[in-house]
Amino acid sequence: MSRNDVLVTADWAQEHLGQPGLVFVEVDEDTSAYDGGHLEGAVKLDWKKDLQDPLRRDFVDKSGFEKLLSERGIGNDDTVILYGGNNNWFAAYAYWYFKLYGHQDVKLIDGGRKKWELDGRPLSKDPVERPATQYVAQDPDLSIRAFRDEVVASIGSKNIIDVRSPDEFSGKILAPAHLPQEMAQKGGHVPTAKNIPWSKAANEDGTFKSDEQLEKLYAEQGFDDGKATIAYCRIGERSSHTWFVLRELLGKTDVKNYDGSWVEYGSLVGVPIEK
Amino acid sequence: MCGAPKQGGALAGIDLSTQTVIQGQVWRDGAPVAGAYVRLLDATDEFTAEVVTSPEGEFRFFAAPGEWKLRSLAPSGRGERAVSAEVGLNETTVVLDQ
Repeated sequence: MSRNDVLVTADWAQEHLGQPGLVFVEVDEDTSAYDGGHLEGAVKLDWKKDLQDPLRRDFVDKSGFEKLLSERGIGNDDTVILYGGNNNWFAAYAYWYFKLYGHQDVKLIDGGRKKWELDGRPLSKDPVERPATQYVAQDPDLSIRAFRDEVVASIGSKNIIDVRSPDEFSGKILAPAHLPQEMAQKGGHVPTAKNIPWSKAANEDGTFKSDEQLEKLYAEQGFDDGKATIAYCRIGERSSHTWFVLRELLGKTDVKNYDGSWVEYGSLVGVPIEK
Repeated sequence: MCGAPKQGGALAGIDLSTQTVIQGQVWRDGAPVAGAYVRLLDATDEFTAEVVTSPEGEFRFFAAPGEWKLRSLAPSGRGERAVSAEVGLNETTVVLDQ
């Protein structure tokens, strides 16, 4: 896996809009962004409505994922090109999610919607309809997903990377500052976790830093190449961004995303917390 | 620097006795800028959050008391503003220039 296999530039994306075999997919927390203008021909995925179980805190199951992708007109052989707002947080989450269900060819647009807009590239409001497919998902690949017990058991032995902002890591605030701060969970972080904010891996326009810059960043922060890694944030989307950097761009082995993240961990009874 | 206009936006449901709200508008050439990216940086200049301004050029963050910096990036320019926030409503304006 290298950068060219998993990342395309905005230029490349613009040149390849509408090409058969490619499906552009916008993934947002707030889908009004898509409705106000999207890449020509791109379909949308709503991070919450489409990708989360409506009742339990979990993914949609395998058959739910198959139904979703079939309805959106995404086939098993299609190359899925993901992009979105929030510096690609939710697009990276969807990337991880597509990989979890075994989709072969998935890529992110470097810089996502932000770079696209800052460059003044064209957006379309035309409705997008794609013919339905018969999508078949694989069983979830749990080698890239961590659960709470594994996180607790990994304290002091694995790289635990807390990718939230320093003020969330310290417990000064409980959520990214575009959200109200009234939460049930305790403030702080998993003991022995290193705080390497996702934002250090990105440039101001939302593109990823170079492989050399990224290698240097994690080495300087004490990332141990000899250990397995678990990344977490608050709800698992920013840590998908870091998971993408570590596993897909830098090729680190055994990297998991803990999507339960602080909303789960900070609410658990009896687990150790550091502040 | 433009005089900060009175900021609006519904604050219903937000408890200003506990929340530290930093909000305002992004301006350029005397007019609000819609669709500008605004990020909130902490006292060490680290990213804390980012929003896109409303059609009226408004942004809003929920932070904590202390020193913050707002940095805005838009196709039409960039701007920065330091904010010293307290519990309650903290209003400011970021002006783009380039």
